[in-house]
Amino acid sequence: MIEFFNSQILPIIMLILPIIGKILLIILPLLGAVAYLTLMERKVIASMQLRKGPSVVGPFGLLQPLADGLKLMLKEVIIPSESNKILFLVAPIITFVLALIGWAVIPFSESFVVANLNVGVTYLLASSSLGVYGIIISGWASNSKYAFLGAIRSSAQMISYEVSIGLIIISVALCAGSLNLSEIVLAQKNHWFVLPMLPMFLLFFISALAETNRHPFDLPEAESELVAGYNVEYSSMPFSMFFLGEYANMILISAFASILFLGGWLAPFDCIFCNAIPGFVWLCLKILILLFCFIWVRATLPRYRYDQLMRLGWKVFLPLSLLWVVGTASFIVFIQ
Amino acid sequence: MQIFKQAYSFLLKEIFMGHLLTLKYFFKKKYTLNYPFEKGPISPRFRGEHALRRYPNGEERCIACKLCEAICPAQAITIEAEERSDGSRRTTKYDIDMLKCIYCGLCQEACPVDAIVESPNFEFSTETRQELYYNKEKLLANGERYEYALQKSIESDVHNR
Repeated sequence: MIEFFNSQILPIIMLILPIIGKILLIILPLLGAVAYLTLMERKVIASMQLRKGPSVVGPFGLLQPLADGLKLMLKEVIIPSESNKILFLVAPIITFVLALIGWAVIPFSESFVVANLNVGVTYLLASSSLGVYGIIISGWASNSKYAFLGAIRSSAQMISYEVSIGLIIISVALCAGSLNLSEIVLAQKNHWFVLPMLPMFLLFFISALAETNRHPFDLPEAESELVAGYNVEYSSMPFSMFFLGEYANMILISAFASILFLGGWLAPFDCIFCNAIPGFVWLCLKILILLFCFIWVRATLPRYRYDQLMRLGWKVFLPLSLLWVVGTASFIVFIQ
Repeated sequence: MQIFKQAYSFLLKEIFMGHLLTLKYFFKKKYTLNYPFEKGPISPRFRGEHALRRYPNGEERCIACKLCEAICPAQAITIEAEERSDGSRRTTKYDIDMLKCIYCGLCQEACPVDAIVESPNFEFSTETRQELYYNKEKLLANGERYEYALQKSIESDVHNR
């Protein structure tokens, strides 16, 4: 028995254990980051509106996320009587898991990445596309008009902007010559892709706003028309799962953008001082700046109308990104 | 021309200008008052919780003329008066229903001896209705509590009388 354990199971455990360690090393700080992203959002928006934001719970309101989390956990889980109970409870889990699953391929530094896939970009795109399922299931299972409308809007919006995101990623991949995220970062050693592809970076950022249902494209949760969108029937932990999932998605897409365009873990200047700072600090810094931009946009712009949103996605972003892909491809063929 | 306008809009100039504006506000001084810890300034004519004042020698000012009761538009004041043992006219009952009161300040304007006044205190919320039916003791206690502030505000407002 012990021999069997030693020869068969132990190697597997030894193989899995470091992976589990890595996963925990990513997920635990990520959940903390999500909690503090909500605080950052409230603080930044408050500042832009000449308010102070949460400042009573703990120094500078630093314990506010914990208080919010505690409040959500202590609330009652309300399941609408007309809902499909199983799907109703599965939907937030799907959203949450899919928001975390993408982190597997994000390279934090040259050596630290959970799964160094050759198709990392495709994997990320696939996992973020699957996120639609959590939303549409929640809207359908709630059996509520508002939730269903929110879910439909959200999925339509995510699908239309994924098209242009996909095309933008193709042009980046063409430049890098690889779909492996680490290699895409390494391809930016000389200059970040944001410099030659600034319009695409802007397009990517705007599409990312639509993709994560953020302002000014937050039609799925347009409070003034839909109360709260697809999560209107949710409370307590299922609600907080949606909430965590949404914010984790925001961080994920910021990480994705900084890897594709801002050189991932690479320092901005190739000097000794910059290189002394470890890579993941640079990556976190870039993610933080992008997240600030997400919040900044929310504080500045009013919500788009639904037809404007669709027009922007299909009639502006799609042709522009398509043209850019064709342009990059022909340029690369030309210089070769 | 239309085409130039369209092409110009792709530069997102207005949107960037808007973001610059919000960024400017991000660094500006904030207006928030941390309310229970910080409070805003109050005018000397502020009309808050009522108080009955006394003369410096301890004698109550109110002479039970019932002008305040008469003028009160919400009929929140109820006064009963009797002759005191020393022959002066005093109230035996002076009730204000703070729930009826609309804080118009007419009682303090009607008072010939500055007895009923509205103090600068506005934080007197209670957990039951009963506590907001003020009687004479409560009003006199308020008078003692806010006498200093009341004197100050009356003095600073004297040129408007």
